[in-house]
This record gives sequence, C-alpha cells and structure tokens, in this order.
Amino acid sequence: MSTKQKEERMTQSTNYQKPVPIPDEASQPFFDGARERRLMIQQCTTCGAVMWPVKSRCDNCLRPTVTWVQASGKGRLYSFTLMHQVYHPGFASEVPYNVAQVDLEEGLRILTNIVGCSNADLHIGMSLEVTFEEISDEVTLPKFKPVG
Amino acid sequence: MSIKGKCAIVGLGVTAMGKVYGRSGTDFAAEAIQLALDDAGLQKKDVDGLLINANMSPEMSPLLQMTLGFKDLSLLNVMNAYGSTTGTMIQYASMAIEEGLANVVVLVYADDPLKPNQGAGSSYTGSHMFPMTGMEGLRLAYGLYGANPSYAMAARRHMHLFGTTSEQLGAIAVSQRKWAQMNPWAQMRKPMTMEDYLNSRYVAEPFHLFDCCLVSNGGIAVIITSAERARSLKQPPVYVLGMGQGAPGDDQRTDREPGIYTGAKHSGEKALKMAGLELKDIDICELYDCYTYTVLVTLEDYGFCEKGEGGAFVADGKLGPGGSLPTNTGGGELSAYYMWGFTPLSEAVVQARGQGGERQVEKHDHMLVSGNGGVLNYHSTTILSKYPA
Repeated sequence: MSTKQKEERMTQSTNYQKPVPIPDEASQPFFDGARERRLMIQQCTTCGAVMWPVKSRCDNCLRPTVTWVQASGKGRLYSFTLMHQVYHPGFASEVPYNVAQVDLEEGLRILTNIVGCSNADLHIGMSLEVTFEEISDEVTLPKFKPVG
Repeated sequence: MSIKGKCAIVGLGVTAMGKVYGRSGTDFAAEAIQLALDDAGLQKKDVDGLLINANMSPEMSPLLQMTLGFKDLSLLNVMNAYGSTTGTMIQYASMAIEEGLANVVVLVYADDPLKPNQGAGSSYTGSHMFPMTGMEGLRLAYGLYGANPSYAMAARRHMHLFGTTSEQLGAIAVSQRKWAQMNPWAQMRKPMTMEDYLNSRYVAEPFHLFDCCLVSNGGIAVIITSAERARSLKQPPVYVLGMGQGAPGDDQRTDREPGIYTGAKHSGEKALKMAGLELKDIDICELYDCYTYTVLVTLEDYGFCEKGEGGAFVADGKLGPGGSLPTNTGGGELSAYYMWGFTPLSEAVVQARGQGGERQVEKHDHMLVSGNGGVLNYHSTTILSKYPA
C-alpha cells in the first residue's frame, strides 16, 4: 500500500462516524475474510449446512464441526427498507439510507446495505454482487452492488 | 379431556398509560395487581400464583413476589416469548389451575421504557440492546436499529409479492384510531384521516410513523381462576375456550419466508380446534399490532382471507366501528397503549364482559386474541368467550 493510500485510509477511518463492529474470537474469520475482500460464511463439515451469522455449532445437526468457506458473493435482493429516522448521528447525513436483505446463491439471507445505485433504483429480485467498504484498520464491511 | 372452558379471567387492572414518568415498573405492577384484585373482588391472600412478564424492565423478576409481599405461592415464574408471552401465560396458568397446582393466578406486565426528554423511538433501540461485538455488531453497522426496519422489510416483500399498498396498511391505522377515540385509556385519540396517515413522516419506508405502535409506560394485570370459582366472583367470567402457540423460527435460509408466512396459522388452528369453533364464529379480533402490517399478515394466516389478499380485505374499513370484523376495538398498540400481548388481551376482556361503553361491540360472544413477537417469529392465540362452552 502506498503512503498516499495509507493516508487516505487513515482519513477515511478517522472520519467514519457510524458504529464499528468489534471482532471477537468466534467472528474473526469473517472479519479477516472481509479485510481480504472475501465474503465468508460458515458450513458444517458433517451435514453440509451453510449458516449465518456465526454459530459455535451447526444449527442443522448441532455438531461442532463448523468451518468457514468463501461465498460466491452473488445474490438477489430479497427486500429492503429506507431508513428515515436517525438513531445514530453517524447516519444523519445519509438519510434515507437503505438496509437490505440479500439472498445469497448459497441459500442464506443476509443483512447488508446496497451501494452503487440510488435508492430509487432498488428493486426486489435485482442481481447483486458483494463489494467491500473498509471502515477501520480492523473492520471491512461486505456490502452489495448491482451486477454489471 | 379438554381444558376448554375450565378456566376464566376474573380480574383486570390497567394503570395510567403512556408518558407517565417517575414511576418504576414495580410501582406499575403493584397498582395493576391491586386494581385487578378489586375488580375481581378477591383479596391479595387469595393469590397463589404469579406469572411475570416485561419487555425490558429488570424489575420484573421473581423478586417481584417479595417486593409486593406475596406469600406462600405455589406457582411463580418470569415468562418470556416476547410479544407472544401473554397467550403462553394464559396457557400455563390454565393448565396449572386445571391440575390443581394453583387456584388464583395473577398475570402481570409492567414496563417503563419511556424517559423524560428522550424520544420514544430510542426506547427499544441502541447498543444497550444490540452489542457491537462480533457479527451481532453488523446490525448497527448497517444501520438496522430496533424492530422498525425488520418489519418494514417484511411489509415491502409482501407489497412486492401481492401488490399490497400503503393505503391498505393505512386503512388498518385509520380504523384503529376510530376505535381509540372511544377508549378513555387510549393515548392517541385525535381523529386520523387517510391523508393524515399518508402525510405522516416515514420512519422506515414503507412504514410511516402511523404504521408503528406506541411506546408506553404502565402496567396491566389479569387474574385467572377456575370456571367454577369465577362464577361466584364480582365480574362476568371471561372463559378461556382455546389456546395455541406457533413458533416457525427463522434460520436465515432462503427456502422460507418467515415475514410472509407466520406462526399465526399454526397457533390459530390449534386454538380454534380446542374451542370447537370456526372463524365465522369469531365476533371480535384483538390482534397484536406492533405494526399495521402485523395485523394484515395475522388476518391472512388465521385464514380470514387468502394469503396475499389481506390488503384488499382490510381496505373497505371492515375492521373499524360498524365494520363486519371489529378488530382492535380499543385502538390497539397503534393508538391505545403498548403493553405487549396485554394490550389485545385487556381489550378482549372488556369486550367479552360488555363493558366497552361507547365502543362496545354488540355481538361479543367469541373473541380471538393474538400475540406476536420477534419479527413475526413467535405467535400465540387465545380464544375467549362469555360462555363456558
């Protein structure tokens, strides 16, 4: 990373006003993956079930044989809302902002934000792919953008 | 042997509701219980069961028994199935009474989420409810605060699948406000037109402010005992004819739509079967209404209309005063007060007794009462009647 990129990142991090998740031991592989621009989900090596969010045991067979795998990052918009009410000052300049549920190809429905298009262009069923927003040195958030 | 008609609600206590400050959850609980005992014509020493519930108040713990000076109880618990708890409390109380484990059981809900100089919207949101640690922290990182956006996404999905409109959701809000205008306990009694509804600010689109329930400080207590004992008490007994629960769960997998197909279906079928009734026998619905959409989807899943037709079903105002399916006749959580499942239950008791005054529904033989919690994940159904069978 160039010095300029580092400076830009620091500025971005310093200016970032929204809540930042705190990775813990169980979720570290998810956040490590996101930092490397990979969307990680859990899968059970016994029964094959995929799951979200982090679990210590498989929520299908209850065995502890849960591992992390990279998802394709492709999915479709299941539903979304536009948040007008400000609950945290970090979101004040962005209202209305979208909160969305995306159905991943792998069969999981996950929470995210849609970027790269206006709220007016959001429509249920649209094809999406993952993108990443670095919000601190430790945390990068997977978000989704329209395909193409 | 069915438990149908073996128990009855004999006491109801409702405190002041809404922006009532300077009082603890315990204080609301104490007053609600005292009012319910007076209402029933029972003494505190008659009580041998206490089931406790709150959305947030940490004071609603087993310690409440001692704080309020109840002695020698044979049934005590704090129960929580979120907004469906009330129905589950009635189930456990009824089974305990029927089996002789307890005789007179108090069910109480009290909460004090509203604080002076703090918006109602922040009462049930924020980091005190959702920690930032781990993947749980993603919720707030993405800006998902409280329950509004989750229910809004379910409603948006329903609109997409079935063409449901804001005006149709608005018909529910407008109908319930009409009822609230006749309820002295209601917090919101100003008239509301469809235009008022549509002009109310967006909270979490497609939800306007008036799609969302109130937040209230207050307490409600209900007393339940055997049908036999009920007949010698002060109030007309309100018999418990049917009960059911339905918790379909949401495993975040894409093969199901828990926001569209809810536990109301399963719990409603169980309750109606126990009661030996059909939907056409129901005179009044008291439905859990954290949002307008909750009413719509619950009506569908109970089978009052087909899945997807809830919007058209409610649009003609049939839920309001004079309509063919009087629903949330006290104004509900949208316009009266928000006491989780005790909001619909309290109004059902009033209507069953025929004590609704100006808002009393003429035919009030059978009441269908729902509870809903999580994001449409937990459901309970109770069928009440002024007749034991």
